Amino acid sequence: MSPIPAPPVVLGPLLPSLIVVGTAIVVLLLDLLPPRASKAHLGTVALAGLVGALLATLRTWGSGGRAFHDMIVLDDYALFFHIVICYAAALIVLLSMDYLRRAGAESGEGYGLILFSTAGMMVLASANDLIVVFLAIELMSLSLYVLAGLFKRRREAGEASMKYFLLGVFASAFLLYGIALVYGATGTTNFDRIVVAVGAGPRDRLFLIGLGMLMVGFGFKISSVPFHMWAPDVYQGAPTSVTALIATGSKAAVFAALIRLLVAGLRTIQPDSTALLWALAALTMTVGNVVAIAQSNLKRMLAYSSIAHVGYMLVGLVAGGAPGAGAVLFYLLAYTFTTVGTFGVIALCERAGQEAVEVRDYAGLGRRHPLLALTLGLFLLSLIGIPPLAGFVGKFYLFGSAVRAGYVWLAVIAVLNSAVAAYYYLRVIVYMYMQEPEAASASLAPSFAGGLALAIALIGIVLLGVMPAPFADLAQAAVAPLIR
Amino acid sequence: MIPEAYYLALSAVLFTIGVVGVVIRRNPLVIFMSIELALNAANLALVAFGQRHGSPEGQVLVFFVMAVAAAEVAVGLAIIVAIFRLRQRLSVDDLSLMRW
Repeated sequence: MSPIPAPPVVLGPLLPSLIVVGTAIVVLLLDLLPPRASKAHLGTVALAGLVGALLATLRTWGSGGRAFHDMIVLDDYALFFHIVICYAAALIVLLSMDYLRRAGAESGEGYGLILFSTAGMMVLASANDLIVVFLAIELMSLSLYVLAGLFKRRREAGEASMKYFLLGVFASAFLLYGIALVYGATGTTNFDRIVVAVGAGPRDRLFLIGLGMLMVGFGFKISSVPFHMWAPDVYQGAPTSVTALIATGSKAAVFAALIRLLVAGLRTIQPDSTALLWALAALTMTVGNVVAIAQSNLKRMLAYSSIAHVGYMLVGLVAGGAPGAGAVLFYLLAYTFTTVGTFGVIALCERAGQEAVEVRDYAGLGRRHPLLALTLGLFLLSLIGIPPLAGFVGKFYLFGSAVRAGYVWLAVIAVLNSAVAAYYYLRVIVYMYMQEPEAASASLAPSFAGGLALAIALIGIVLLGVMPAPFADLAQAAVAPLIR
Repeated sequence: MIPEAYYLALSAVLFTIGVVGVVIRRNPLVIFMSIELALNAANLALVAFGQRHGSPEGQVLVFFVMAVAAAEVAVGLAIIVAIFRLRQRLSVDDLSLMRW
């Protein structure tokens, strides 16, 4: 009997994600050891793991590789997303150390699940095969379903978790059926070989139906209209630091896979997909912004606002090519910093047993806590897109790429939407500075960890706004080898 | 020898039953069962296509899907139990604390 040759196992391209998974397991094990009363050290370990993954990522820049029969690709493009995701996750762990402790829900599994879902996002960013896409999305989502219901005793948390789970798994079924049909039409699940198979033969209906179902699955995960219905409920009911993770990391990771497959890979079918994406972009930003106006709950308002931001990013996908994709990458970076910061301030304003999530809870914050009010104000201004903050530059690149690609009307719709959005963001600022507080409330004292997270995010948005060129070049350099 | 088209037709029918079940049923457990049906419909399609192309990817993915579905059951049932403890009733119509 001849020996079975063992395939070479190259783990190098998975190193950053492996560090995160390893840290998650260490955190879960440490949770069982004394001291059992305090969980603060677990947050520190989780943070150290994420920083380690970030350093490993930075070290690998420019010298990535492929592994597992081209299923995993660690190119600069994936590394860019690794940086964004690790950064977001690290800030969220910092925020959780403050927020979860005050809520009495600090636990080893909380940090462990944040790390597991982060690892899922990182693998998704370097996925080059539909099998890996499915597995990574499930790793990310299953952790997030549980995290959404972390506050076991709150009824909203259970409701958020259940809605997220049922709709998320439903979307996964569509994604999987789409994968099955694409595999049936092309005979492969590898991105590169799918592109070859599609480019060679005539376009067949099976492939297009499969791609459509894939888009339904992706559309759900990035909460684009009409698959956005879960987002407001989940954002409102989930713990605020988890909301920040759902709003930033998970979206960035799914966009990574979407761009790799659609914009970089399947350029030959672009005439078919562009019209669809155009409609999706216009619908997503308009519905998001218009419904956000009617919200009185701040987390819910930000949920609709994040739907609108997904619409802006879809504008970049419509524009397509390296400029469009690069603009989306830059926008994701700016959006991640801004959104984590915004939810961070909300998390710090929540006191034990009492959530400060209605817009009117922020009345008079400018007087009660000037520094926190100023921070929230700056994040909101960045979300509107006021120079010289990150949001402005991000929008400038995105809409500029759309105009240069000839989609002037879409850019006009996007700019009009940004103007509408200014209304509901500015309303919060008006409440903070021009309204009297309703009742005397306890003073806010952000802890060191929470303050540090906000400071990093704030430096990020100012830096991206004042000198965007190096970061924009980085984003362009990341997509350039992908889209030749 | 059963022709491949039969498998694909069965798979499409199962997927449709799953989707319709999600839309019209009200009990989270039944909705979840419908979703599992849809996932298994996809599995059937993957196996049939794998047979057509003679490549292992389809069959391999089916094993992954089974593992993932088992994980989904663990998480899903835990969430359903947690909700039932708080409410003592189980219908998605009750999940209406948050709307619009």
